Amino acid sequence: MTDTLFTQAMDHGTGPDDLAADGVVDISDVMQKMAEHKGCGTEGGSGKASCGSSAGPADMAPEIWEKVKNHPCYSEEAHHHYARMHVAVAPACNIQCNYCNRKYDCANESRPGVVSERLTPEQASKKVLAVASTIPQMTVLGIAGPGDPLANPAKTFETFRLISEVAPDIKLCLSTNGLALPDWVDEIAKYKVDHVTITINMVDPEIGQHIYPWIFWENKRLQGYEAAKILTERQMLGLEMLTERGILAKINSVMIPGINDKHLVEVNKAVKSRGAFLHNIMPLISAPEHGTVFGLNGQRGPTAQELKALQDECEGDMNMMRHCRQCRADAVGLLGEDRSAEFTTEKIMAMEVEYDAEGRKAYQQAVESERQAKVAAKASELDGLEKAGDIALLVAVATKGHGIINEHFGHAKEFQIYELTAKGAKFVGHRRVDLYCQGGYGEEDALDTVITAINDCHAVFVAKIGGCPKADLQAAGIEPVDQYAHEFIEQSALVWFKDYLAKIESGEIVHQQRGDAAIRQGALLSQAG
Amino acid sequence: MAYKIVASQCTNCTACEALCPNLAISEAKGTFVIDPALCTECIGHFETPQCVAICPVDDTCVLDASQPRYQAA
Ligand code: SF4
Ligand code: SF4
Ligand code: SF4
Repeated sequence: MTDTLFTQAMDHGTGPDDLAADGVVDISDVMQKMAEHKGCGTEGGSGKASCGSSAGPADMAPEIWEKVKNHPCYSEEAHHHYARMHVAVAPACNIQCNYCNRKYDCANESRPGVVSERLTPEQASKKVLAVASTIPQMTVLGIAGPGDPLANPAKTFETFRLISEVAPDIKLCLSTNGLALPDWVDEIAKYKVDHVTITINMVDPEIGQHIYPWIFWENKRLQGYEAAKILTERQMLGLEMLTERGILAKINSVMIPGINDKHLVEVNKAVKSRGAFLHNIMPLISAPEHGTVFGLNGQRGPTAQELKALQDECEGDMNMMRHCRQCRADAVGLLGEDRSAEFTTEKIMAMEVEYDAEGRKAYQQAVESERQAKVAAKASELDGLEKAGDIALLVAVATKGHGIINEHFGHAKEFQIYELTAKGAKFVGHRRVDLYCQGGYGEEDALDTVITAINDCHAVFVAKIGGCPKADLQAAGIEPVDQYAHEFIEQSALVWFKDYLAKIESGEIVHQQRGDAAIRQGALLSQAG
Repeated sequence: MAYKIVASQCTNCTACEALCPNLAISEAKGTFVIDPALCTECIGHFETPQCVAICPVDDTCVLDASQPRYQAA
């Protein structure tokens, strides 16, 4: 579906009313505050630093800061500590996308090839409450693919109603392709849906017709230019209506090289001017075995460098969300950490669920202090970075979450990528490698694949690493760094970076650019193990 | 004749069920089925059979050759 999840307006310093008034938001300020609510921290390479511009929660309206600070989808810090969950209650869809094969999950939201269980609204709400009581980090509930939640409005809103009755503290979100959105904005407002993600891949039907073969509109199937024209008009109208009502709107776009890659800069301007507060550009994931039109016709996805270049280009205009991963729609637990097996429908229906509101509150307060400690730690390492000049480099980090380097190299299913520049450390994305670490392949191949995935990085930070992979990484020009095990990521990365800069100064090493890296493609196979 | 659903291709997406003007579609044993006694080929309701128009898998909602064509009363 259109996700949206990978789905998510906001205004800074003022309230949603002002947002509605002019529709234009200084996104960079907002995000800077979200990411760095304790002051100047990691502003990254592409500028827009609000360091020195008194960025802080002080000048952000408290109700807006409340909306986003614990949001694993919005805040670069929060996503280490909080989790969201998706339930699949709405499998029907009203359009067709060339990157989606609906035999499987929505390609926007999930790893293609992983079928989620379809739940009734009653089952879904029970599951959400059971998970929330077990995992206090669970603060966001999304309805996303497979399917479009607004093509199944009865099931979607019934699920929201059941959950909001018992657990009003859980934030609700949904992702949509936008076709039906204008019809449901008032209902969305009624259930206090926290944010809506719209997947917008184009604002020009000429381009859209190569992405969407058809839409279902007024009881007919429409194709080509006509279909794409209606879709883009509905998406823009829906976005404007959300903005008018002060509902956060996030935009997801799928980057399809040769089709909409350059055009996404236009999309970025169009959505920004209509009040979207975040724009998340995701790579097309495409392989023949996914059975999608793009998979079968050989349409490739972008490389890591192409993706980053586009994100950087759009960032001048608007904040980009880079910590978004194409994770499973019904993933449970901290982002990336899949605990679905503990919560099968069968197990849930047999459970006595008691919603533990108190326990959840206590946990969340503890996390808040931890998070602030981390921000303070990072800020302390910013001095002395001026030496970096124009040097910008990437490092990979093996982590299980909490903003700490706490994963063994060989166990890492993904690496977080940070960009280090004179302005600090900035999170710029994830690289998944899980496919390669499972069964069938020898260690060697697995290692090669990891190297390909992080080939654009100068170093990889791990809690532990064996001798052989260490040597191979060094041979590939990636420095394995294990002396910061169990320490904060950004702080450690900056200490290492300053050390690196000192070595350049002393002539011990010469700074070199690294090559490009591959974005993992064969998601389907990862299920084989 | 009425329409039928090719069970081996159905993704169970439920989309057709909600759209049928005659409530002819229901879920049965892991797939969706059309009751030929209820299906009117959408005649009198819509220009095109709704199940065909919404189904994400081409050639999944098809005319059932074993049934006579629907005759509008
Ligand atoms: S076809 Fe529907 S379910 Fe698939 S990606 Fe597009 S909007 Fe999502
Ligand atoms: S053709 Fe029309 S009446 Fe017959 S099953 Fe499909 S939607 Fe129902
Ligand atoms: S629309 Fe097609 S795939 Fe979906 S339930 Fe009906 S027959 Fe099955």
